[in-house]
Amino acid sequence: MKRLSLSQAFWFLLRRDLLLAMRNRAELANPLLFFVMVITLFPLAVGADPNLLSRIAAGIIWVAALLASMLSLDSIFRSDFEDGTLEQLLLSAHPLPVLVLAKVSAHWLVSGLPLLLIAPLLAMMLGLDSDAYGVLLLTILLGTPVLSLIGSIGVALTIGLPKGGIILSLLVLPLYVPVLIFAASAIEVVSSGLPATAQLSMMLAFLFLALSLSPVATAAALKMSMS
Amino acid sequence: MFKWFVTWFHRFGSPPHFYRLAGRWLPWLTTLFVVTVIAGLYGGLVLAPADYQQGESFRIIYVHVPAAWMSMFIYVVMAFCGIVILVWRMKMAEIVLSCSAPIGASFTFLALVTGSLWGKPMWGTYWVWDARLTSELILLFLYLGVIGLYGAIDDKRVAARAVAILSIVGVVNIPIIHFSVEWWNSLHQGPTVTKFDKPSIDIRMLIPLLLMALAFQIYYVIALFQAARAAILQRERNSRWVEELVKP
Repeated sequence: MKRLSLSQAFWFLLRRDLLLAMRNRAELANPLLFFVMVITLFPLAVGADPNLLSRIAAGIIWVAALLASMLSLDSIFRSDFEDGTLEQLLLSAHPLPVLVLAKVSAHWLVSGLPLLLIAPLLAMMLGLDSDAYGVLLLTILLGTPVLSLIGSIGVALTIGLPKGGIILSLLVLPLYVPVLIFAASAIEVVSSGLPATAQLSMMLAFLFLALSLSPVATAAALKMSMS
Repeated sequence: MFKWFVTWFHRFGSPPHFYRLAGRWLPWLTTLFVVTVIAGLYGGLVLAPADYQQGESFRIIYVHVPAAWMSMFIYVVMAFCGIVILVWRMKMAEIVLSCSAPIGASFTFLALVTGSLWGKPMWGTYWVWDARLTSELILLFLYLGVIGLYGAIDDKRVAARAVAILSIVGVVNIPIIHFSVEWWNSLHQGPTVTKFDKPSIDIRMLIPLLLMALAFQIYYVIALFQAARAAILQRERNSRWVEELVKP
């Protein structure tokens, strides 16, 4: 039997997860619908005043993105945990953090990327300053992978629990705070006509930090959960 | 010296020894705590002069500041225990970590409450979204996450490893959270909340503060020892020495 190289294993796992997601389209649409619906609720709750809405648009979009990403986190490992695939991954000869990274990347492509595509539409509906569209997309592009990466640690810690979902939000939401702050502040700064280079650089730094550290933590947590 | 330390460390790591040792230390620690807390409170509430700007209400710092220090210190202790758990699988580190979390959460809560009580006369409101207040609140959520996760997993040895990972992740994130909250606040609020420039503190105010900090540290050790002793008994309930201990 031919042995897979590490990069082959990575791509193989990524493709497998994407294929599984494509076969289950209803689940694919759920976080996206949730995102759109939460944003719809805001004007109903705070009033339809265009000035108010355009001022808080960035915050609304980001809070909704945060919640939507959290809602979809459980699917990173859940089905694999239930059918035993996760155990096989743990037994594999390849380093677990790399395999975890493949799974998290697949999850981001399925749950984070659609938010990126629909965000401009929602920003338009909320009346966000049109100069800020580019930065909004950039923050979502840089921020949502961090959410998936941090979230994967929480999922790995709670995967064995019967009611992991409730505690998961308690674990990951505090860790999401820096991303939320810098993303919202980047959009706000750009809306008032200043460059947001500093905020975007910080978000890029968070992304690299999360990319390098969180798969290790997730792998350790998975080993703990499966022991 | 080093050899002595290693033996001491290993004995401390064994639950029966810890149980006995902690039991022997507790009366001494309690005495020390009572002495320091009385001295600190007397110095802070009676001897120290009133602040020229804040009047008498500054005196809440003798509870507030040590509690805030402890809230951060205990999280670091927990992360350190987390590393020990993951590397050496030490039972005592598991117990210390799990028993520290509620104590740390209480100190964080105390710091928040005293801070908002102080904020009412000073800022005119119980709560402002000030950087320090907000990051302290997030710290409380992190503590609650640790407590919640530990409670949710039935096998306590597995639970201890889970919270070990969580507290290490948390301790990496705390500086980032703190720093980003500070950034956020300075952008949004600017100078509307007049933060008091810390005046170079009078020595008569400083000494009680340090005494109170020491008293809080001792209190933490007392609370930890008591909680740990109870946890040890519960964990080791099937072992011979506990059976002999509780035999009537």
